[in-house]
Amino acid sequence: MAKRVGMEVAIAASEAVALCNIDMAAVYPITPQSHIAEHLSDIVADGRIDAEFVTVESEHSAISCVAGASATGARVYTATSSQGLMLMHEILPIVSAMRLPVVMGIANRAVSGPLNILNDHTDIMSQRDCGWVVLFVENGQEAVDLTIQSFKIAENKDVMLPTCVNIDGFQLTHMVEPVEFPDQKLVNKFLPPRKPYATLHPDKPVTMGTFAMGDIFPEVMKAKDEALKGAKKVVLDVFAEWKKMFGREYKLVETYKTEDAECVFVTMGSMGETAEVAVNELRKAGVAAGLVKIRLWRPFPFEEFRAAIGKAKLLMVMDRAIVHGGMGGPVSVEIKSALYGEKNPPAVHDYIMGLGGRDVAVDDFEAMAKKSLEAYRKGVEKDYEFYGVRG
Amino acid sequence: MIEIRWHGRGGQGAVTTVEMLSQAAIAEGKYAQGFPSFGPERRGAPVAAFNRVDEKQIKIRSGIYKPDVVVVLDPTLIGLVNVTDGLKDGGVLIVNTAKSPEEVRKSTGYRGTVATVDATKIAREELGVPITNTTMLGAVIKAVSPIKVDSLTDLLKHRFGRLAQRNMTALKRAFTELNILKAA
Repeated sequence: MAKRVGMEVAIAASEAVALCNIDMAAVYPITPQSHIAEHLSDIVADGRIDAEFVTVESEHSAISCVAGASATGARVYTATSSQGLMLMHEILPIVSAMRLPVVMGIANRAVSGPLNILNDHTDIMSQRDCGWVVLFVENGQEAVDLTIQSFKIAENKDVMLPTCVNIDGFQLTHMVEPVEFPDQKLVNKFLPPRKPYATLHPDKPVTMGTFAMGDIFPEVMKAKDEALKGAKKVVLDVFAEWKKMFGREYKLVETYKTEDAECVFVTMGSMGETAEVAVNELRKAGVAAGLVKIRLWRPFPFEEFRAAIGKAKLLMVMDRAIVHGGMGGPVSVEIKSALYGEKNPPAVHDYIMGLGGRDVAVDDFEAMAKKSLEAYRKGVEKDYEFYGVRG
Repeated sequence: MIEIRWHGRGGQGAVTTVEMLSQAAIAEGKYAQGFPSFGPERRGAPVAAFNRVDEKQIKIRSGIYKPDVVVVLDPTLIGLVNVTDGLKDGGVLIVNTAKSPEEVRKSTGYRGTVATVDATKIAREELGVPITNTTMLGAVIKAVSPIKVDSLTDLLKHRFGRLAQRNMTALKRAFTELNILKAA
């Protein structure tokens, strides 16, 4: 029987990992991920799961260590945040090129400087192009569900790519809230033992992660790109199987009251729930507002996104990161690409908000909608804006 | 939905309390959130922690700015921190102090319901230490009933082991010793 408990989301994420029959984990603690590292280490030390927890001296070692273990055929997990993710950077594209199904939890946090420990999405966006499957969650339940699903996505023979689950730091990681844990037996059925394509073993030597020059390197890049794009279908299959077994439905792009919406918010991560409340408030005030929430960031679900926005005339994109010197935030840049060449595309207004833990409340969403609608009705062009920022 | 803000000092157990309150509410089948004020915390420095409790799923993930209830674990914070900031007019201010609710109304200027209990005295007598968080949880249950006392039994056992019973006694004493002054 599934059980519903009140639990801090970071702890819940590590409990989800414990359900996945992992063989090893190497996690270097960093705020706000630390409770994942601590609790997973407790779970292993208490003998609750038969796995190795390797205490490493840095995030660079953590990712290298899980990559090595994954190459031997092990099911592995790591987690990090912010500077830790950036320290892993050198290894991240290697893990995807080696087609190792590493699963990583990211407790999203701003990147220094100035030094900041609170939430935004700059950390994952700085690693956007490393060839990983990238998922975002809105609440604790999704953190549990998508962590388990990630192993199945990553290990699928048509994917064989590392997968990360983005869990907003503090807003989610430090929140005690209700979560339901699936039954271990059902998880075992959903997620059978990993069947690696090839493994490092002294008796059957193979070479992995070799040297490649221009005669073969581009082929590896193309294969990785095709595998990542192909992962979309597998994610859909995994979501469908999850719904069948556990009842909760997931989509690549979630929609909320978009059917007749004139203006639509676009969010990723935990702010999606607050935005739902704002949509309800705006509708009470007679504004036909809607909401689109992107769950799968890489590979970007272009078709599903275009279908999700429906007939909206105005998109208000909530970006928790900035592409310095570019056209705004990374989500809006992606969306503008998605809409290029479409007939009568909606106007795209981009709000850079929630940086470094700046709180985003229901009335902030309402204020952004008001601003955007005013500009839109006057026919004023609007690109990106740092919402509520002085100076 | 009821929104609660707890004021304490780092080390006084405000975060533990919001965790227990939300877990108890969830165990009752309700929806709840418990979270600290995000960021670095230091022992002895003023801290805040928050709860939301509702019968239906809670969607808001921003901070709490207009609480229904404010709980003050440490009376020395009054005057140092604006404890009534954003507290709704029809809300409840619950303070650990030997003073009467009338005196607290006067010193804070808060016109809503004010409740006081000498939780430090209770905690010293029952637990032997001036850690007032579980005691003040009793005061909150008495004043606004976000959860039932019985829902805490297992949680206290899990959290405090052999000290659970003493915490429960302190909690129940606050329940009976709370002085409530209704809104003016």
